[in-house]
Amino acid sequence: MANLSIFDIAGPVMVGPSSSHTAGACKIGQFARALFHRTPRKIKFYLHGSFGEVYKGHATDKALLGGIMKFMTSDARIKDSFKIAKEKGIEFEFIKKDLGREYHPNTVEIVLENRDNKMSVIGSSIGGGMIEILKIDNFKVYLPGRAGKFLSLVIMHDGDKGIIQRMTKKLKTQGIKVAEKVHTKVKEKTLTVLSIEGRRITLPEVMELEKNTPGVDFIRSLSKLQKE
Amino acid sequence: MKYEFHTTQDVLRLCKKHNLPISEIAKKYEAERAGKSIPAVRNKMKQTRDVMYEAVRAGVKSTHKSKMGMVGGDAYLLGVALKKVGTMMGNKVTVRAMAYAIAVGEQNANMGRIVAFPTAGGAGVVPGTLFSCAEHFKAGKRKLLRSMFCSSAVGLIIAEGATLSAAKGGCQAEVGAGVAMAAAGLTEMRSGTPEQCFHAASIGLKSYLGLACDPLGGLVEVPCIKRNALGCMSAIGASDLAIAGVKSYIPFDEVVWAMKNIAKIMSPKLRETALGGLAVTPTGNKIKKKLGMRITK
Repeated sequence: MANLSIFDIAGPVMVGPSSSHTAGACKIGQFARALFHRTPRKIKFYLHGSFGEVYKGHATDKALLGGIMKFMTSDARIKDSFKIAKEKGIEFEFIKKDLGREYHPNTVEIVLENRDNKMSVIGSSIGGGMIEILKIDNFKVYLPGRAGKFLSLVIMHDGDKGIIQRMTKKLKTQGIKVAEKVHTKVKEKTLTVLSIEGRRITLPEVMELEKNTPGVDFIRSLSKLQKE
Repeated sequence: MKYEFHTTQDVLRLCKKHNLPISEIAKKYEAERAGKSIPAVRNKMKQTRDVMYEAVRAGVKSTHKSKMGMVGGDAYLLGVALKKVGTMMGNKVTVRAMAYAIAVGEQNANMGRIVAFPTAGGAGVVPGTLFSCAEHFKAGKRKLLRSMFCSSAVGLIIAEGATLSAAKGGCQAEVGAGVAMAAAGLTEMRSGTPEQCFHAASIGLKSYLGLACDPLGGLVEVPCIKRNALGCMSAIGASDLAIAGVKSYIPFDEVVWAMKNIAKIMSPKLRETALGGLAVTPTGNKIKKKLGMRITK
């Protein structure tokens, strides 16, 4: 396991009742939303293991949905997230499903949809509010819930090695160092997760990078989730 | 990293090398890890402490019942009993610790704001024990803060060596971990040595190994909240033993390993699925029925 923070233990500040089933679920929701990058119209939550058995009592459903609407784990609005989602016109559904033995008992698959995009994210809540994102669409990834000093860029591209090389160079001129690269390949697409350090990357920079690099489907920055 | 640690051995080595208590190592570790200054780290812990205080304060006043009506108002009852503490067998410190622990649990059950320290299910043990004892010692806020850092370091060792998820390890990973953390933190508050802190943590955790997570209807209410209250008693007891010079025969790292081993063997029915133990008693089934959950034979 990567170096944990003292505040992974002494925290998070959250609304109850369960750190893994409420706070962790909320965080998975936040991640899924950041990866999808826009407001989804339709969301399906497939709940695995303990999540599927006890989600109602732990308000896992409300927390997941709250996370999708960018609520923090300490946000009192989580209590009313069903109502708020309905007001925003978001359709949602919770389904019990066995995702397979390789997953932690607290795992959810979130399928987000709007008019022209669809994305599936699988995340596990591994206790005390800590989470891991393990799958994006068909790509196996590993994104721990709190990257701490290292921030992550998630990039979906054509698989040409030059793309990432050029991007790394460009980031370097902007004062951002790439500390780690992880690639996953599925069919003709590649998903790369870059851990960056040096400074925070801003949203306009991410959008500019996405627009001006050919061969890239999308880039998502997960740095904004670090504040809690 | 200079202050990196993963096990008890690492921590004790660092304590000896720099002649510092566990709390300072934890503080320096966090500052180094996150690239922040020591005051910034301390400030963050202060905010954490304030939220915990708020939860305790709101909890002891509240008589609000939870949605299913299983819990609520018990912290208030203990607060009343505290005024005539002569009728109790425990002393003021222990009764108050239980009142605080239940207060946090009840706030949590009512979707109030709490700190998951280490998790929401076991969130009452550390504030209950530390706040009540700090009041008794008239310990300054700084001293309380230090003991919270010490508790966190112990929690981190458990998280790395085993788990803090009841879905993976049962209640030993939540209330059990909370007891170990509170016992160590309290021992440091009483100026125990780092070794004594870990003896207290070992003694505390050992008596919670194998504890099932079998809450009624899967709600963090029964038996969780009262387990937190009694967890405070265990933590105070474990700390007393360590301060008196009693040593744990098994080192803390091995206790954590044992916890992981038990987690591996433990049936999923006893791991936060509401499929075994108290959750499937007639009373448990009644609650499940009310929640519209499937009742298994």
